[in-house]
Amino acid sequence: MQSLNASRTPRRDPAPSRWAYRVHRMWLTPFYRAMLRVGLPVFVLLFVAGWYISNPTNRYAIVEKVGEIRRSIETRPEFTVKLMAIEGASPVVDRAIRDMVPVEFPASSFDLDLEAIKAEIAALDVTESVSLRIRPGGVMEVTITEREPVVLWRRAGGIDLLDDTGHRVASLKARADRADLPLIVGEGASDAVTQALALIDAAGPVAPRLRGLVRVGERRWDLVLDRDQRIMLPETAPVAALEQVLALDEAQDLLARDLTHIDMRNPARPTLRMTEPAVTELRRIRSYESGDTQ
Amino acid sequence: MTELYEQQRAMRAMRKAAMQRGVIAVLDIGTSKIGCLVLRFDGVDRSMANDGVGSLAGQSGFRVIGAATTRSRGVRFGEIDAMQETERAIRTAIQAAQKMANIRVDHVIATFSGASPRSYGVAGEVEVAGSAVTEDDIARVMASCDVPDYGEGREVLHAQPVNFALDHRSGLSDPRGQTGKRLAVDMHLLTVDAATIRNVAYCIKRCDLELAGLASSSYTAALASLVEDEQELGAACIDMGGGATGVSIFMKKHMIFADTVRLGGDHVTSDISKGLQIPMATAERIKTFYGGILATGMDDREMIEIGGDTGDWEHDRRTVSRSELIGIMRPRVEEILEEVRKVLDAAGFDHLPSQQIVLTGGASQIPGIDSLAPRILGQQVRIGRPLRVQGLPQAATGAAFASAVGLCLFAASPQDEWWDFDIPAATYPARSLRRAVKWFRDNW
Repeated sequence: MQSLNASRTPRRDPAPSRWAYRVHRMWLTPFYRAMLRVGLPVFVLLFVAGWYISNPTNRYAIVEKVGEIRRSIETRPEFTVKLMAIEGASPVVDRAIRDMVPVEFPASSFDLDLEAIKAEIAALDVTESVSLRIRPGGVMEVTITEREPVVLWRRAGGIDLLDDTGHRVASLKARADRADLPLIVGEGASDAVTQALALIDAAGPVAPRLRGLVRVGERRWDLVLDRDQRIMLPETAPVAALEQVLALDEAQDLLARDLTHIDMRNPARPTLRMTEPAVTELRRIRSYESGDTQ
Repeated sequence: MTELYEQQRAMRAMRKAAMQRGVIAVLDIGTSKIGCLVLRFDGVDRSMANDGVGSLAGQSGFRVIGAATTRSRGVRFGEIDAMQETERAIRTAIQAAQKMANIRVDHVIATFSGASPRSYGVAGEVEVAGSAVTEDDIARVMASCDVPDYGEGREVLHAQPVNFALDHRSGLSDPRGQTGKRLAVDMHLLTVDAATIRNVAYCIKRCDLELAGLASSSYTAALASLVEDEQELGAACIDMGGGATGVSIFMKKHMIFADTVRLGGDHVTSDISKGLQIPMATAERIKTFYGGILATGMDDREMIEIGGDTGDWEHDRRTVSRSELIGIMRPRVEEILEEVRKVLDAAGFDHLPSQQIVLTGGASQIPGIDSLAPRILGQQVRIGRPLRVQGLPQAATGAAFASAVGLCLFAASPQDEWWDFDIPAATYPARSLRRAVKWFRDNW
């Protein structure tokens, strides 16, 4: 007789097959597990990537694509530099810088080598410091500080303008172009500009008569006044020696006298050199005093 | 005997290797269910190495990380009957336990209940070589035991020294270092059918596993269910399984007797099945839900639908009262307990100082057995549940899991089988390197 509720399935009694059991055990082995979960995907990825790259056409396509993306980013308007603004430069320097910087505007900011441009501008004698930045709005801003010429230096080749550190600023064709600046002469004069400036400063009382400073033997200064008068200053403490001379001048009107040289090279023993007529006159007067009759 | 000795030593080495690797599975091949527990050993417990038994009775060293049971197939009376079926069942259990533990298991310790175990008490005696007893003397005295003729086709499963005697003093548990002349040992030998062991080993090998130990389930169930003072004072553990009921007697913490009765819970089920004319599965279900031993007046009124699948309305709507069910079950349970009584009598259980009897195993959960058993077995009967083991799922803490839990303890605790002691030096070849190594180790 057939069972009425035969739809009831026979009781299942599952057991893993031998192979299912073995695979399960293998899967529980840490080595296999690591291989399947990490090793295999990594291997497949590397294999596919290697196969793709091994084809030269694909390689070129990749390079091409990368270049294209790079260009498209570089040429975006956000990155274009349209003009160069120079601040703190005199018109001459401004023009020189514009001639010097080899950039065609507009340019992409990726193409500008700011460090190189900065080094190039800094290499100019007139530049004391320079900073470059690209301002929002596509402007390359050059902020420059020029050297301030404080003294003229006459050399065999011509006249140079020097700043207060003795650095060359520019050349000058004629002395008269910058009559307001004092003049220094002599080999190595540029190395002692600070001292020269101190001397010029100290020589204020005789400033109208000051012709210039002469560097002698690259070690000491001669102060040259008009009427061919020279104050020969020592190597050490020249300012004190000059002040000594000026004090004498104040007291005894020394410089108005008929002198050619005031030798202060040994400050303890100032020496005067007089002009020929003055010497003759002095001798004459001395002979009167001694009662000598000619 | 020597061959088995070598086999057991090989299994012991494998067990040590497995414990060093940290993972071992225990497998309880029963008649009604096959249970598998995966143990993880978190390093050897320091105190265990020194004291013999460490904290938490040596259980702190391991933890159950996987547990699975499956319906047993192809096992009758605790012996493998249909190899392929049993292999499938073992595979199922092992795979599920591995899945829960999420770790691969390579070594397994197995227990089974059948194989008609027989106990022998053997004795050996030997002159102590030096003044004090050394490890080598112990090895020699155990080797000197006159092994009884336990018959063809039988193998030794357990061989444990239970008592040492030195001169006139007996009852020594550890005679090492004591001074004396004559050392004697009493050993308990348990033999089982070799064919059963071979079948178990073959099934486990077919599952790609290494057999790292074997134990009788009578022994392991007692390890799990007897508390320490019961083991010390003397107690019998009755492991009422599906196809066989194991009996083991403990004294002074050693098993001194083990046997099985080839009757179990499955016979109760088959009685119900035959008596009520219902399928085995239904009978099992009815037994589990409504079974009992003691009938009361209330049970006459409690009707159980036993159903059927024939299509005959009258047949499929049968009901039976619970007292009828009890009437079927009780004689069979009584018979089992009578048989156990006979075994205990044969073992001389009456002469033990303590007569404690512990019932465990799946069939011990029948309601009312605690009032029936004292009538047959004696006054001191209790229902035992296995020890709590760290990490064991709640579902596996019942009495049915006594032998599986006992096997965990068997794996974790220090062993005192004959093959766990040193080999006597005389058995080494005269010029072997091992002999030289042993001499060095003993003298320095």
